Amino acid sequence: MAPAVSVTGLFKRFGTTRAVNGLDLTVETGEVHGFLGPNGAGKTTTIRILLGLLRADAGSVVLLGGDPWRDAVELHRRLAYVPGEVSLWPNLSGGEVIDLLGRLRGDLNRRRRDDLLERFELDPRKKARTYSKGNRQKVGLVAALASDAELLLLDEPTSGLDPLMEAVFQDCIREVKSQGRTVLLSSHILAEVEALCDRLSIIRMGRSVESGTLEEMRKITRTSITADLATSAESLADLPGVHGLTVQGSRVSFDVDSEHLDEAVRRLGELGVRSLVCHPPTLEELFLRHYGDELAREPELSRPAGALVDRGATR
Amino acid sequence: MTDLEGTGALVRLILRRDRIRIFIWVAGIVLLVALTATSVRSLFPTQAAIDQAAAATQHNAGAIAFNGPAQGLDTLGGQVAFQVGALGMVIVALMSLFMIGRLTRGDEEAGRLELIRSLPVGIHTPAFAAVLTVTGMDIVVGGLASLALVALGLPAAGSLVLGASYTAVGLVFTGLALVAAQVTESTRVVYGSTGALLGVAYIMRVVGDVGDGTLSWFTPIGLAQKARPYAGETWLPLLPLLAAAVTFVLAAVALARRRDHGRGLIAPRRGRAHATPSLGRPVGLALRLQRGTLIGWGIGIAVAGIAYGWIAPTIGSFVANNKALADVMASGGGATLIDSYFATSFRVMALVATGFAIQSALRLRSEEAATRAEPVLATPISRWRWATSHLSVAVAGSVALLAIAGLATGVTYAAAGGPWSSVPRLLGAAVVYAPAMWLMIGIALAVFGFAPRWADTAWGVLAACLVVGLLGPVLRLPDWVQLLSPFERVPQLPAAHLAVTPLLVMVALAAAFALAGLGGLRRRDFG
Repeated sequence: MAPAVSVTGLFKRFGTTRAVNGLDLTVETGEVHGFLGPNGAGKTTTIRILLGLLRADAGSVVLLGGDPWRDAVELHRRLAYVPGEVSLWPNLSGGEVIDLLGRLRGDLNRRRRDDLLERFELDPRKKARTYSKGNRQKVGLVAALASDAELLLLDEPTSGLDPLMEAVFQDCIREVKSQGRTVLLSSHILAEVEALCDRLSIIRMGRSVESGTLEEMRKITRTSITADLATSAESLADLPGVHGLTVQGSRVSFDVDSEHLDEAVRRLGELGVRSLVCHPPTLEELFLRHYGDELAREPELSRPAGALVDRGATR
Repeated sequence: MTDLEGTGALVRLILRRDRIRIFIWVAGIVLLVALTATSVRSLFPTQAAIDQAAAATQHNAGAIAFNGPAQGLDTLGGQVAFQVGALGMVIVALMSLFMIGRLTRGDEEAGRLELIRSLPVGIHTPAFAAVLTVTGMDIVVGGLASLALVALGLPAAGSLVLGASYTAVGLVFTGLALVAAQVTESTRVVYGSTGALLGVAYIMRVVGDVGDGTLSWFTPIGLAQKARPYAGETWLPLLPLLAAAVTFVLAAVALARRRDHGRGLIAPRRGRAHATPSLGRPVGLALRLQRGTLIGWGIGIAVAGIAYGWIAPTIGSFVANNKALADVMASGGGATLIDSYFATSFRVMALVATGFAIQSALRLRSEEAATRAEPVLATPISRWRWATSHLSVAVAGSVALLAIAGLATGVTYAAAGGPWSSVPRLLGAAVVYAPAMWLMIGIALAVFGFAPRWADTAWGVLAACLVVGLLGPVLRLPDWVQLLSPFERVPQLPAAHLAVTPLLVMVALAAAFALAGLGGLRRRDFG
C-alpha cells in the first residue's frame, strides 16, 4: 500500500530562518509514527505544510495520495488534526466546538463523541473561556477522535493532560491503530512514543536525523552495562567499542556499541561477574545522545545542519 | 501601599510595548485639533465672515445637533470649539476606553497578566499602571491641544478650557472602562459596553442641545461643553467630571477585590452540550461569532436614528421661522433644510456603522492570528469558503445596520409629526450607503489577503474617511482629496437625486478588491 505520508527534500523558510531544511519523512499506512525533535526543530511547520496551511518552498509532499496544498479540501475529508495549543472561541462551549468541527468535516460519530466525553471526563457545557489548558486539549482530542478519519495528524496532542488522561489517550490511539488507521504523532513524551509508535523519525534543525523502528535504532547504538566484578576491571578499557568506562572499586559501568557487545560480555565472564545489569538504551537515552551531545558542542562548532547526519553514519 | 508595588516598572513596560500606539493616538488628536483651527481661521479671515457664519449656524438645529450648543460663534475660538469640540471629546474617550480595555482585561484574558501577578507586584498594580498611563495620555492630549491652539493665536483661557475638557471627558471614560473590565470576562464586551455608553452620552447631548438643554447637563460631553471655551470660560462643570472619574476608579478598585483573577463579576452562563443545527456550516459559525457585535451595533445605530428622527421636526420649524436661513438653504441647491439634515445624518451614521463593517471583515484576521481558524481549515472547508462566510456577515450586516438607521429615523420622525410617506424615502436614503461600506470591506479584505500583518490599516482608511466626511469642508481639503472617500461619492439622498453610476462603480470596485484579497489569501501561507 502507498504510504500515507511521503515527504522528500522538503524546504521551508520564513524570512532568513530555515524552518525546514531538506526533511524526509515516510509514514506507512496503518502505522503509528512518532515524530520527535527538540523545540524549534520544524515539527509543527512540517505538520502545517501537510495540512496545506503553509506552502512548501521545495521538495515533494504527498499526503494520502494527493498534494496537500492543491487538494486541501478533498484531503481534509479524510484526516483529523489536533494542534499542540488548542485555541477555542471563548464564548462557545466545548460540546459546540466538537459538534461544529465534526460537522464541518462531515463525519461526526455521535455515539463515539459521547463515549469520548465520558472517557476524557470533559464537561461539554462549559464555555471555552473557562477551560484549563488540559481541558482545551481534550476538546481538540475528542473532536479528532470522534471522527472516522483515516489519518490523524497530532501535534503534541497530550501537552497539559494528567497521567490518567494520558492513559485514556493511549488506549484511544491503540483503538485507532487496530482499525487500520494511520497516526502521525509529534510528541515530547518519550514514554508515550515508546508505548504507541511502530516507527519513529527524529528530526533536528529541519532535517531528518534517524528513522526506523525503535529496535532498529537501538541496534545501531549502545547498550549500558553495570557489573560487580571479582577481579580488576582495568583490561576492559582496551576493548573496542567501549565508552564512558567508570570503575568504583569492584563496581564498573560502561556503554558498549552493539556490534562489540558479544566480546564485552565474554570479557566480563573471564573477569568473574558477581552481578550484572544490562539494558538497551531507552528512547530517552537515544534522544539525549542525539541532541545532548550535539547541542553541547554546537556553539564552538556552529556547523551546518547536515553535519549531524554524517556523524550518525560514521559512528 | 503593597497593593501598588511595582507600578513604576509596569508603567515603563506599557510605554515600551505601546509607544507607537500611544504616539499615534496623541499626535493624531492634537494634529486634528490644530488643523481644524488653522482651517477655520483661513475659512473666516475677517470678523465679518465670522459674524456671517455665526448668523447662519446660530439657529441651525442640524449643526447644533452634530456639534453642540451655539456659544461664542461670533469669535474665531468659538467656531473652532464648535467644529472640533464634541468630535475631539468623542475621539479622546475612544482612545481612553480602548487603551484601558486593552491594558487591563485584554492582558488578563490573554493570560499575560497572570505572569505579572506571580511577581512581587500588588493586586491593583496592573490596573493602576494602566490608569496612570492613560491619565497621562489624556493630560498630554489636552495640554498639547491647548498649546497648539494658543500657538495658533487663539485666546489662552479658552484654549486651556477646551484642552481641559478633552482631558476631563477622557478621564471619565478611563474610569468607566476600568469598571467594565472588572464586571465582564471579555475584552470585547469592555469595548462594546463602554463604547455604547459613549454613544448614549453623545445622543443625550444631541437631544439636550436641540431641546431645552436640560439633558446636556447629565452627560459628560454636554457637561464639558458647559465650560464654554472662548465664550466666557467657567471651570466649574469640569469638576463633576473629575469627581466622576475618581469615583469610577475607586468603584473599580472595590469591585476588583470581589473577583478572582481571570474572572468577572458576572459568572459566564453554561453553554449547550450540543451545537444547534445552524452551527454546522461556516456561515453559521461566522454568524454566531459576530452575533453579539452585530446586535450591539444595531442597538447603537437604532438609538442614533431615533434621536436624529426625534429632533427632525424641530429643524423644519427653524426654517419656517427663519427667513434668512431659508434663503441661504434655497440658494444652496434647492434642497430643503430638513432634507440636507437627513442626508448629513445618514452620512454620519453610515460612517460610524462602517466601524462594524471593518471590525467584521477583520474578524478573519483575528481568527487567523489567534490560530482559531486553523482547526476549521483542517476540515474540508476551503479558505475561500471560510473567508466568504465572515465576509457575508460583514456585507449583509452593513445593509442591516443601514436599514435600521433609516427605519429608526423615519419611523421616529413620522411619530414626532413628520409624514409617514417619508419612512420609505429615508430608508432608501440610508441604504444607498451600502456600496460605500462594501467598498471599505473590500479594501480591508484586500489588505488581509496580501499583507495580513497590516490588516489594521483598514481602520486608518476609515479614520481618513471620517476626517473628510466630518471636517472636509472645514479643513478646506481640495475636492479631489475629498472625493477619494467613497462616502463623498454617494448621492446625498434625500437632498439630492439618485445617481446610480457612482454606486455601480463602488460595487464593482468592492468586488474587485474582495476578489483580489481572496486570491491573495489562497496563495499565501496561513497563520
